Amino acid sequence: MKKFDKDRVILGIAAPVLAVVFAMVLSSLIVLISGKNPFDAFRLMFEYAQGADVQVLILNRATVYYIAAIAVAIGFRMNLFNIGVDGQYRLAAMLAAAAGGAMHLPGPLHILMIIITAIAVGGAWAGVAALLKVRRGVSEVVSTIMLNAIATSLIAYLMHTDILGRQPPGSNNVTTTPLDDTAWFPGIGVDVDGQRMEVYGFIFVAAALGVGFHYMLSRTKFGFDLRAAGASDSAAVASGVNTKRMVLISMLLSGGLAGLIGLPQLLGETHSYGLVDFPAGIGFTGIAIALLGRNSPVGIAFGALLWAFLDRSAPNLDFNGYEKEIATIMQGLIVISVVVAYELVRRYGLRRQQQQVGEQLAQAARKNPEEVAA
Amino acid sequence: MHAIVGENGAGKSTLMKILYGMQKPDEGTIVVDGEKVSFHTPGDAIARGIGMVHQHFMLADNLTVLENTVLGSEKLYGIGDAARKKIKEISDAYGLGIRPDVLVEDLGVADRQRVEILKVLFRGARTLILDEPTAVLVPQEVDALFANLRELKSEGLTVIFISHKLDEVLSVADEITVIRRGTTVTSVKPADVNARRLAELMVGSELPSPQTRESTVTDVPMLTVTGLNLAAFSGEEEGRKVLDDISFTIHKGEILGIAGVEGNGQTELIEALIGTRELDSGTVVLGDDDITAWATRRRREGGVGYIPEDRHRHGLLLEAPLWENRILGHVGERPNSKGPWLDPKAARADTERIVKEYDVRTPGIEVTAASLSGGNQQKLIVGREMSHEPRLLIAAHPTRGVDVGAQAQIWDQIREARHEGLAVLLISADLDELIGLSDTIRVMYRGRLVADADPATVTSEELGSAMTGAARGHLEHTESADDASGEEPDASGEGAEEER
Repeated sequence: MKKFDKDRVILGIAAPVLAVVFAMVLSSLIVLISGKNPFDAFRLMFEYAQGADVQVLILNRATVYYIAAIAVAIGFRMNLFNIGVDGQYRLAAMLAAAAGGAMHLPGPLHILMIIITAIAVGGAWAGVAALLKVRRGVSEVVSTIMLNAIATSLIAYLMHTDILGRQPPGSNNVTTTPLDDTAWFPGIGVDVDGQRMEVYGFIFVAAALGVGFHYMLSRTKFGFDLRAAGASDSAAVASGVNTKRMVLISMLLSGGLAGLIGLPQLLGETHSYGLVDFPAGIGFTGIAIALLGRNSPVGIAFGALLWAFLDRSAPNLDFNGYEKEIATIMQGLIVISVVVAYELVRRYGLRRQQQQVGEQLAQAARKNPEEVAA
Repeated sequence: MHAIVGENGAGKSTLMKILYGMQKPDEGTIVVDGEKVSFHTPGDAIARGIGMVHQHFMLADNLTVLENTVLGSEKLYGIGDAARKKIKEISDAYGLGIRPDVLVEDLGVADRQRVEILKVLFRGARTLILDEPTAVLVPQEVDALFANLRELKSEGLTVIFISHKLDEVLSVADEITVIRRGTTVTSVKPADVNARRLAELMVGSELPSPQTRESTVTDVPMLTVTGLNLAAFSGEEEGRKVLDDISFTIHKGEILGIAGVEGNGQTELIEALIGTRELDSGTVVLGDDDITAWATRRRREGGVGYIPEDRHRHGLLLEAPLWENRILGHVGERPNSKGPWLDPKAARADTERIVKEYDVRTPGIEVTAASLSGGNQQKLIVGREMSHEPRLLIAAHPTRGVDVGAQAQIWDQIREARHEGLAVLLISADLDELIGLSDTIRVMYRGRLVADADPATVTSEELGSAMTGAARGHLEHTESADDASGEEPDASGEGAEEER
């Protein structure tokens, strides 16, 4: 029995490793074509990541990516493609920032209120897509893409200076009212060459989300139903899963988590939502990382770190005369390789197991020939 | 012209797939023109002059007959006039009446079939396999097809003809091979048999296994179904009643068998009973509970065991390990969970027990369900459903695609559970199984329960005629031929004796 477990672990690791190696080979070719030495490029990236300041930046970005990917993964586990994570987190961060800016509360309560607002907004925005799917059969892919566009416009509208936005003098950025320092989420201070940098304290929240996600999936009835619905809709229905309710709940969960994506930065760094400087597009990165991490909490952690590393080390390539797009190309290649590699490994694994089971049974049958007749 | 006859699932199609190189046999030999051959692909079979006309046509609608014919074998006669000439030649030789430049989408079913035959001949086939060619034709077209086939025969070609329509087989074949449950029963000449004898050979006159037929039927109703109605809600048949005023009662310890050609409402009946399909009207009462408004989960955890007709789609998570499949459908029950939490340890332990008690052949419980054979998958499902002390078991084709050994085991388990007071709704296409297991048989035709029969005396043939709508009411004469007839067969009449 141990043998199958070991096989599964090896196969599980083989796919992403193969994919990353394959993507590196392809990227090397591209660097070669651009007339540079690929090994130097990789060396530069790794060397750059040795610096403590870069490591802090990588960790912080990975935290954000991790939450995004978990939000996407919840949908993926039951075959829901929540492309709307992007709109959900931006709208949630903006409204939570505005609400937080208007509130004046003691520390933990202030933070809690902002978190609840963000979850509620993200969940509500995803809930629109969920209702459309459950009630009208609208594909969540289409509706969430649309809702992303609507969220963008809605944010632009709400950020008018006569509604929720304000323009600090001498700046071309429009932001929400800055949060009181009661709403600042404490970080872990790191001293880098006499300069203080902070790792987002939210990294613990992200880790807790990962653990919670794992337990929900593997240890609760709800998680079992969710996985069953994802693995086989027809079998889940026959087993008594109410798929509509399941779609609704998992979409709300996914959107609620998406609401948290903007908070590490909002609570730990900028303390306001700014039209110009608040990052967009993390929802889509989350999709890539969820794929890379195979929707598993541990896999996603590695995926998020890898992605953040590639992100952060790209500028250093630029300084040294390399095209910084190499990192972006690598990210793209990794995603494609991963999708292909997983499918190949999955099929290989299934077939291999079937053969092994057949062989083992045949052996057992040879040992007790009288049983074969049965 | 050689006909192969057998019931649904007897193995006709598998045999043909082997002959045509689509599937590889585990053992055995094929001899063509005195030469032993082995086919790896349909291409090999075609090279040996074997061609197949599939039950479902494989034609591109938006291409002409000519284009369809040359598609894939452009090398033979090109795609131009040479090919057209060859098509004409074949068409004239066998009287197929082909018009090469008509679009396939403009052709009727019979014409399309002739195009399929032409395609095969065009590729140089000397042996034609026709898989249930008459299933899609109206009687006049059948006659025309047979005229074509006789033409082919007179030109020295061999035709293998698969069917389960006995009259056709008798009228057209030179020799008939009957297969049942994957083995050859016999080969006969049409002159030596009549339709009745052939049917007996086909369904097998003997019953699946000897059984003591002491009745365990009680007079305590377990499932009472009253006035189920359901209309198709989509497709071209929208509004047609797929369940039409279905009422029956199953008592504790009773097995009610439903016979019927597939697609006559059996699937919908099951869906209505496990609650995945909402009824237009009617009530379902289980024991003392009116479960009409219950959701599927509540029904299944409330004592409705379910062996689905398509275990891959409805009964298993193929890529999940066995112990997770043991949880499926019973996630809210011990030993699978406590409160909102799963209990993987207990579920695993109980899976080990099922594997042992139900003789599921597997190296362990961590392997995926997909790696087990069909019979072992089914035994796991049976074990799972029986482990939750069901009050009612819905068993749809419980032994379909299951090897003979597992079949007998599953039957034994169902009988045993019946003995302990389980009520069973058995739906099966295997008439032997129905007659052998059931205490009462009802026949379903076009969404209605049209006939009932006493399994102790009814024959497969009698059931068969009711399944096609030819016979109704009580299928043999007893003193009380009343309509309700959900009643148990009166046990006094038939003893525990001769079933064979």
